[in-house]
Amino acid sequence: MHTLIEPGFFGSAPVHVALVIGAVTAIVSAVVGVFAVIRSQSFAGHALTDVATTGGSGAFYLGISPLLGFIGGGVIGAGAMDLVGVQRVRSRDIATGVVLGSASGLAALFLYLDTTQSATTGATQQILFGSIFTIDPSTIPLVVILSVVTLVAVALIYRPLLISSFSAELAQARGINARVIGLIFMVAMAVSVGLSSIAVGSILSTALLIGPPATSVRLVTHVRSAVIVASVIGVVTAWLGILFAYDSYYWIPSTQGLPVSFFIVALIFLCYLVSGLSAVRRSIEWLRASFGSSSAAT
Amino acid sequence: MIASPVLEVEGLRVSLSGRTILDDVTFEIRPGEFTGLIGSNGVGKTTLLRTILGLQRPDAGVIRVDGKPISPRNRSLGYVPQKIAIDPDIPMRARDFVALGLDAHRFGFARRNSQQRELVETMLHAVDGDRFANNRVGSLSGGEQQRILIAHALISRPKVLLLDEPLANLDPKSVQEIVALLHRITEDHGVAVLLSAHEMNALLPVMDRIVYVADGRAASGTTEEVVRPDVLSELYGHHVDVLKLHGRVLVVADLSSDDDIPQHPNLTVS
Amino acid sequence: MATRLVWVQLGGDLMFSGFMVNAWQAGTIVAVVAGIVGFFVVLRGSAFPAHAIPNGAFAGAAGANLIGINPLIGLGVFSLGAALGIGGLSRRGRPDAVTALALVMMLALGAAFLSQSTQYEPEIFSLLFGEILGVSTSQILPVGVLGIVSVACVTVLYRRLLLTSIAPEMAAARGLRPQSIDTAFLIVVAMATTMTVPVVGALLIFTLMIGPPAAARCFTNRTERALALSVAFALVTVWLAIACSYKTNWPVGFFVSAFSTTFFLAGRLFRALRARRSVYPISSVTALARSQG
Repeated sequence: MHTLIEPGFFGSAPVHVALVIGAVTAIVSAVVGVFAVIRSQSFAGHALTDVATTGGSGAFYLGISPLLGFIGGGVIGAGAMDLVGVQRVRSRDIATGVVLGSASGLAALFLYLDTTQSATTGATQQILFGSIFTIDPSTIPLVVILSVVTLVAVALIYRPLLISSFSAELAQARGINARVIGLIFMVAMAVSVGLSSIAVGSILSTALLIGPPATSVRLVTHVRSAVIVASVIGVVTAWLGILFAYDSYYWIPSTQGLPVSFFIVALIFLCYLVSGLSAVRRSIEWLRASFGSSSAAT
Repeated sequence: MIASPVLEVEGLRVSLSGRTILDDVTFEIRPGEFTGLIGSNGVGKTTLLRTILGLQRPDAGVIRVDGKPISPRNRSLGYVPQKIAIDPDIPMRARDFVALGLDAHRFGFARRNSQQRELVETMLHAVDGDRFANNRVGSLSGGEQQRILIAHALISRPKVLLLDEPLANLDPKSVQEIVALLHRITEDHGVAVLLSAHEMNALLPVMDRIVYVADGRAASGTTEEVVRPDVLSELYGHHVDVLKLHGRVLVVADLSSDDDIPQHPNLTVS
Repeated sequence: MATRLVWVQLGGDLMFSGFMVNAWQAGTIVAVVAGIVGFFVVLRGSAFPAHAIPNGAFAGAAGANLIGINPLIGLGVFSLGAALGIGGLSRRGRPDAVTALALVMMLALGAAFLSQSTQYEPEIFSLLFGEILGVSTSQILPVGVLGIVSVACVTVLYRRLLLTSIAPEMAAARGLRPQSIDTAFLIVVAMATTMTVPVVGALLIFTLMIGPPAAARCFTNRTERALALSVAFALVTVWLAIACSYKTNWPVGFFVSAFSTTFFLAGRLFRALRARRSVYPISSVTALARSQG
């Protein structure tokens, strides 16, 4: 008979690694993602995951450190977007699209060259749909360290980032150079999605960056609470997804289960849809009214 | 012989998010009249205009254009919104945007005959837009863009041209130019103009009629009939004074008086 | 004599014969459709949906493959689903976040489908990056039909699309219902996606819908000319990409993206040069003065 938690779940070493990586990635993505969502930069965030993946496949081909490829690719992409794009939202999206297109084309080339010149099979699937269960445990320390660095960077620019995200005039009045802050944020986002792409794959990287923040921003108004709610949603969906993926190995033995990315993304998507239901909205408002409004916006 | 009104608003009540914005608003506009919709910011002028256009559903009341109830495809109403942001990268000339005012509802590629092209020229000339007609519509200055929007709205020969705060961000000279332009349009093309503003002084020389909105209600009539202490005090619900100086009008709240003003049910003066 | 040598050097004899004829035909149709639909994608700033919908389509093809039906059906169903989903959810939430969510949901489904099948690596590769050299004659007809339908829709809605894209408030005031136009356009993108993905690949069709149209509008102020240029640039991109792909055996998608980007940069360069060199017309001077006043 099938149980909710199949045997060996808590004892399995790959599962431990996955739970840690999943949680760290979810939290960092939530912090960066809340800002990405309120700045309407979801496209840029997603594009950076694809650009990072290109960097990864390039590194794969050139035989250099994949981590360097993922993060380096992302940072170059962020720079290119800033260079080509301008302040207007529509032109910014066009610029993002062009950078993404170039990166995708390069990715195609790298993968082709790699598969024809070496005997690696499944390279495309590996790079694009990379699995959280196959991550090398030795990379954990580096991933955690770089994640902390990214969080520190965001914390340092927190206030000017917040102001320039909500009002360009206010930022200008306070002497904040919105362009520079924006660039710093893009680079931080590039690093964070580079890390998450190599850790959990590009699909999950985008999903964790945008999904929980988009959901939390619908439910709460203050940025700090949004970050907390998004982190919680991210970690819970990641852990549940890992559990279900592990279980599916037993539930569907013929094909060794369904990929973990499927479960996590499905849960995230479900959370977003549920947050849109008016019943949920009304419950949240009732909660807020009952327990009184919390401290000021920031 | 009084011509039948081209726009009639009766007993209009509009709510937004549960709050009543406008209550029992009644006025009418005759052909070719220049009407100012005056009220402070946030009082509901935009809401009123949008309701007339059919973009907002009223709780109660009747709106008739040319004697018929309003409908979405009503070409009798032209609309010029407040400054809209047009991307300068968009490949469309100002003159093409004006032409679009004529036939944006038609299907297929734009094939315009010489008569239609002449009409575009006429409209461009009417708004003094000839010099920037071939520039990108997104690269025009605020005042230039406004003229193009007016031409776009005007080219389909509406009976009433509705403008939402067209004078808001203009310097005094441009304000004068646009007011004169609109007045010329009412005379040359027989189009009635209903324009909202928070300050009535620029319009005093040309306004035939005023609809003064305050506290969710409106008083309509000529300026002599409406811009008076008794009418406006009634409207605001507390004492106001009307000061006239050098042909300019100033409405001032008299905060010293605590008397309650008796409520008259009908504020339509004419 | 010399030209004949050059022609042979370019692979002229073989490149235009046999199975390559299909590639040229399919490529030309794709370029025309991408140039036209892409013109409006860029106009409306719908770059993200134009990227998301094809990726969703890829998942549909994987799913169709899994249950053993024609991948084109899976492509169509999922593109349409993605288009309607994005359109519907965008009304109540942030459009870009919604597009991202729809995209990853589709990709995750695709990953799930792939995990359950024994799809071969090259097939996945070609769905993602295009395999124009493998276009069969039987594929030309559906590609052509969907292409004609997409272009027909855009033609019919041409003026409404223009006004609702540029000045949605004024369009609404005329009763043109911008929301319906938005949905209709997304459906057109879904159709254009379905027909182009088998040829140019899910990941790269959108470069063709972005680069050439974005470049075209740098060269002219006139709407119809920009549209024509958009198609012209797209055609040159695809033709060059096919030729280069034939010569080097590298994936055609790589060349499509490379040439699309080149056109985009050329357009930007041209615009920058013209701005610096031209004498400012009166209106720009007053605009400058007013902005600083």
